[in-house]
Amino acid sequence: MLGLLAVALLVGLLASLGIGPFGISPARVGQILLAFDGTDAIERHVVLTVRLPRVLTALMAGAGLALCGAALQGVFRNPLVGPHIIGVSTGAAFGGTLAILMSESRGLLLTLAFLFGMLALLMVYALNALVARRNMLVLVLAGVVVSGFFGALVSLAQYLADAEEKLPRIVFWLLGSFATADYGKLALMLSALAPGAFLLLLLRWRINILSLGDEEARALGIRAEPTRWLVLTLIGLIVSAQVAVSGVIGWIGLVIPHLARMLVGPDHRVLLPGAMLAGGLFMVLVDDVARTLSQSEIPLGILTALIGAPVFALVFLRAAGPERGHG
Amino acid sequence: MAEPRIQATQAGHSYDGRCWQFRELDLTIAAGEIVAVLGPNGRGKSTLLRAVAGLIHPSTGSIRARGAIGFVPQAFMPAFSYSAFDIVLMGRTRHIPLLRTPGRNDREIAFACLTELGIARLAQRSFNSLSGGERQLVLIAQALAGETPILLLDEPAAALDLHHQDEVIALIRSIADSRRLAVLFTTHHPDHAFAISDKVLLMHDDERHLIGPTVEIMTEAHLAELYKVPVRLLRFTAEGRELTAFAPIFRSQVARGGKPIPGDRHAE
Repeated sequence: MLGLLAVALLVGLLASLGIGPFGISPARVGQILLAFDGTDAIERHVVLTVRLPRVLTALMAGAGLALCGAALQGVFRNPLVGPHIIGVSTGAAFGGTLAILMSESRGLLLTLAFLFGMLALLMVYALNALVARRNMLVLVLAGVVVSGFFGALVSLAQYLADAEEKLPRIVFWLLGSFATADYGKLALMLSALAPGAFLLLLLRWRINILSLGDEEARALGIRAEPTRWLVLTLIGLIVSAQVAVSGVIGWIGLVIPHLARMLVGPDHRVLLPGAMLAGGLFMVLVDDVARTLSQSEIPLGILTALIGAPVFALVFLRAAGPERGHG
Repeated sequence: MAEPRIQATQAGHSYDGRCWQFRELDLTIAAGEIVAVLGPNGRGKSTLLRAVAGLIHPSTGSIRARGAIGFVPQAFMPAFSYSAFDIVLMGRTRHIPLLRTPGRNDREIAFACLTELGIARLAQRSFNSLSGGERQLVLIAQALAGETPILLLDEPAAALDLHHQDEVIALIRSIADSRRLAVLFTTHHPDHAFAISDKVLLMHDDERHLIGPTVEIMTEAHLAELYKVPVRLLRFTAEGRELTAFAPIFRSQVARGGKPIPGDRHAE
């Protein structure tokens, strides 16, 4: 099944590089990628400079979000949580908004989004430590509190922003888009995703154990708390980088892990890579729709919610049916 | 005599600082020894087991374990529907480094444990879809897969039919002997204690505990006091051995029950 997903992803990637206002056949795309002689210079430019960084960034953002969602659902033993639950996306959203308010600099946007994302995680950690350690509910509540706080700050920034120039930029960035993707953003995404995903994948057996509960993990001979924070930190790293390069993209981290669980089963040893492949493919396809459906770009946040919400409802209905019997 | 595997000294625990689950409890368990814990509901049997397992710290005194502990909880339902085999494989976790996944050796041990319990056919079934008794067997296999010198079981036969009760307690006795395990288990079945335990611990109330060899402690008087039900211990022979069975005297059966026996002082 993982192999099948990988093949689907490859096909999806090739097709996506050809799709657009300037259509190029998949065979032609293959030739360009393999640096065959005699390819058209304009086509080369479109594929390599315009579409490739965008498609690859979408791939990595989607794979990262789905991976984070699957890992989070595991460590929280709750299939209804997503990356938004630990406050990182909202923190990063405020960082980015602040950067847009202060200057035009893209470097500043990336830096602040990333820093505030990690700050949000730190605040969740601190709140959790202040109130009560080892309590899952407190951890979730701390995420909600931090998320709410930064959400208010984002609104405040929008309220104060210059409505002519800054506000549209903030709104468009917040809704999520890969329109401005280039090799620089790709590099930032990759520099967070590569180490983060690598370690999360190595931790996949421990995530299985954490998903049993703290006491069960303890009875099996490991301490859950440090491992959970390691997982949360890696997730913070990936999600802040994703928000920095492409704004807030909801639903992927919640819906894709469910779909992947249906395809490959609940074992995190195959679920984590499965979610990455499915998330990457889904994001690339959604981005194809975003950039081709109309003359102007449709923000991703809108599309993922429009597709994600009904899919999630379907998944939920299906899961609720047969499971009910076992309580 | 060898150093005990488990040693509790003046141990006590209270969740709220007022109401004690147990206190001033002294208990030692040697390798190869089985100890059964009996007591009414809510008397702290499970709390004692969790304290011995290191899942909670005793409020007073100390509980020392020499060696790793395998723990079989009473009930457990994971949030995700892992296969029974994966649940058993998770028992290997203490032997698997942080960034590694189970290897072939781990899988072989897990499968051997399923086979030892006669439930290899359940391997690929979803753990959450199994019956209560099957889940209990899988959790015992999980604890065995950990290859720990100490085994704690919280009502290991609670959800089992008579046949599986027989199998599970026989298995506990045989692995305690063959692997020299120190075993502590809670039970509501005095018969199970008669069948396999070397020592018993009766938890009467928070301060009154009786600990000692099974046949010395499990008297009609002690058990009647423990369960607040009159009991008889029936001695009989079966397959050439003298055995003991536990029989509670339920009031309703006396009320509806057979002919009064002439001459019995209760009979008039």
